[in-house]
Amino acid sequence: MLGILRDLLRYNIEFRIGLALVAVVFAMAGLSFVSPYPPSDVFVVPPDVPPSAAYWFGTTSRGQDVFWELTFALRNTLAFGFAVALLSRVFSLCIGLLSGYKGGWIDRILMSVNDTFIIIPLFPVLILFYFVLRDTMSWGLLALIMACLGWAYDARLIRSVAMSLKTREFTQTSVFSGMTTGEILLREHLPYVMPIVFSTTMNNMNWSIGLEVTLSVLGFTDINTPTIGGMIYWANQHSAMVAGVWWWIAFPILFIVMAFVGLYLLAVSMNEYIDPRSRLARMGGGAG
Amino acid sequence: MRGYYGYLAKRLGQFALVVFIGVNLAYVITHATPIDPVEQSIAAVTSFGNTAPEAIAQMRLSLQELYGLKGDWREQYLTFWERILRADFGPSLSAFPTPVSTLIGRALPWTAGLLITSTLITWGLGNLLGGLAGYYQKSRGLKLMGVVAMGLHPVPYYIVALLLLMTFGFLWPILPIGGGSAMNMARGWNWDFALSVLRHSILPCLSLTLIGLGSWFLGMRSLVSNIVTEDYVVYAEIAGVDSRRILSSYVMRNALAPQVTGLAMSLGGVFNGAVITEKVFGYPGVGSLLIDAVYAGDYGLVLGVTTVSILGVSFGVLVIDLLYPLLDPRVQAR
Repeated sequence: MLGILRDLLRYNIEFRIGLALVAVVFAMAGLSFVSPYPPSDVFVVPPDVPPSAAYWFGTTSRGQDVFWELTFALRNTLAFGFAVALLSRVFSLCIGLLSGYKGGWIDRILMSVNDTFIIIPLFPVLILFYFVLRDTMSWGLLALIMACLGWAYDARLIRSVAMSLKTREFTQTSVFSGMTTGEILLREHLPYVMPIVFSTTMNNMNWSIGLEVTLSVLGFTDINTPTIGGMIYWANQHSAMVAGVWWWIAFPILFIVMAFVGLYLLAVSMNEYIDPRSRLARMGGGAG
Repeated sequence: MRGYYGYLAKRLGQFALVVFIGVNLAYVITHATPIDPVEQSIAAVTSFGNTAPEAIAQMRLSLQELYGLKGDWREQYLTFWERILRADFGPSLSAFPTPVSTLIGRALPWTAGLLITSTLITWGLGNLLGGLAGYYQKSRGLKLMGVVAMGLHPVPYYIVALLLLMTFGFLWPILPIGGGSAMNMARGWNWDFALSVLRHSILPCLSLTLIGLGSWFLGMRSLVSNIVTEDYVVYAEIAGVDSRRILSSYVMRNALAPQVTGLAMSLGGVFNGAVITEKVFGYPGVGSLLIDAVYAGDYGLVLGVTTVSILGVSFGVLVIDLLYPLLDPRVQAR
C-alpha cells in the first residue's frame, strides 16, 4: 500500500496535484470543529463586510462569517458525497461481481436493469422525489435515494473486471475445493476489484456532490443544513451578485471546484496506475 | 441480415424495459409515499377562510379524479399507464386550465433543439480534438487542451452555467443571459427571429459544451493512443499510407464505435445538465418548466415532465443504438 503511494507520488503529477487539492479542502472542512460560531446562527458578525484581516472571506448578508460557514458547508457536502459513494459501492459490488461471475441469463437480466438505470435521467426523478416528500426529505434520505439510483455505471466496470477473473485459474481451484459462490466472490474476487472500487468511489462522490449542489441551489433539499449548494442558494436569495457581495458566492465555488478537480485527478491517476500499459509509459519504460 | 434483426430486437427490448422501469419508478414515487397530493392541495385551498364540508368533499372527489387516485391500487396503476399512453396528464394547476401535455409540447422543441445542437457540437469537437491529441502526442497546444479538459470536466453543470452567467451578465455584458428569444419580437419563421433565438442559445449551449467536451476529449485521446500502437497501424505507417488517412480511416473510425456507445450511455446525464442549464439561463424548455412546476406545486406538470423526459431520453438512446450498425459493420456480420 505504501509502495503504491510512493510510486504514485513520484511518477504521477496528476496524483500530486489531486492530493494537494483534496488535502486543502479536507483541512478546511476539518477546521469546522474549531469554529467560533455555530453553523445555523445568523447575525453573529456585521453583515456584508468585504474580505479583510478580521474576516478573511468577508461576511454574508445574513451576518455569517463566510470562512467559518464554508468550513461547515464543506464538511457536510463531503460527508454527503462519502455516504452516497459508500452505500452505492455495496450495490455496484454485489451486482457487478455476481453478474460477471455468473454470466448467462443472470448476467443478461442484471445488465438490462443496470443499463436502464444508466439511461434514465436521474435529475427529474430526484426532483419528483423532492416534490412528493417535501419537508420530510432529509439529508440522510437523499443520500439513500441517490445511492439506490447511482450504482449502475460502476457496476458495469466491476462486472468487466469480474468477467476476466472468472477465467483465471484460481477461480477454478476455488470451485473445485468446494467454495460457494458467495465465498468465491467475497474472498477471492473482491480483493482484485478493490483498486477499481477506490477510483470509482472518487468519481461517484463527484457525481453525488454535483447533484446535491444542484438540488440545494434550487432549494430542493433541506436548506437549513449548511452545504455548498445551500450557501449558493442563500446568496442567490439575497441577490448577492447584484448587491456586490461577490465573496459570498466566489469562495464556495472556488472550494467546491477544488474538491471536484482534486477528486477527479485522484480517480484518474488511480485508473492509470491500475492499467499497467499507461503506468509503464509514464515511468519511462517501453509501452506495449 | 439476421445479425441486424437480432440486434434490433435486443435494442427494442431494452427500450421497452427502460420505459417500463421508468414509468414504474414514477408511479412508486408518487403513490407509495406517505404524502397525499390531494390532501395537500385541499389543505392549501382551505387554509384561508371557511369552506363548507360538502365543498371539501366535492373538491376531494374531483382532485382524486384529476390525479388518478380513485379506486384501489390496481385501478390506479392501470389509470396511470392509460394516461401515459394517451399522453394525458390532466390540466396544469399553475396554468389552469391549459393541459399539461400542451405545456410540455410547447417546451419540448426548445429543449430538443438545445440538446441536439450542443450534443452534436460537443461530441464531434471532443472526438476530433481528442483523436488529434492521441495521434499527435507531442503537440503542446493539444497537451494544454488536455489539462483544460481535465480541469473543466469534473465541475457540475450548474457551477459552469453560473460562472458564464456572471461573466457575460455582470462583467462583460455582450450576450443575452435569459429567455429563448427577445421578448419584444413576434415569433415566426423569419430571419430576425431566428437570429435572436440563435443569440439566446449561445450561452446555454456554450455551458453544456464546455462541460461535455472534456469527457469525449479524454476518452478519445486514450482510445486513440492505444490504437496507434496496434500492429495494423504500424503496418500502414511502414507501407507509407498518408498519416492523415491513417488517422481518419484507420484509427478514428475504430475508436468511434465505443464513443457512440458512450454517447448513448451519457445522454441521461446530458439531459440532467440541460435541465439545470435551462433554469440558470431562463431558457423556455422542459427543464425550466419542471423546476417552475415544483415551485408552483403543480403535481400533474411535475409528473408529466418527469415521465416525458424519461421517454424522451430513452427514445434518444434507441435512435443512437439503431444508428450504431452504420458505424460498426461487425453488428451485421454476426
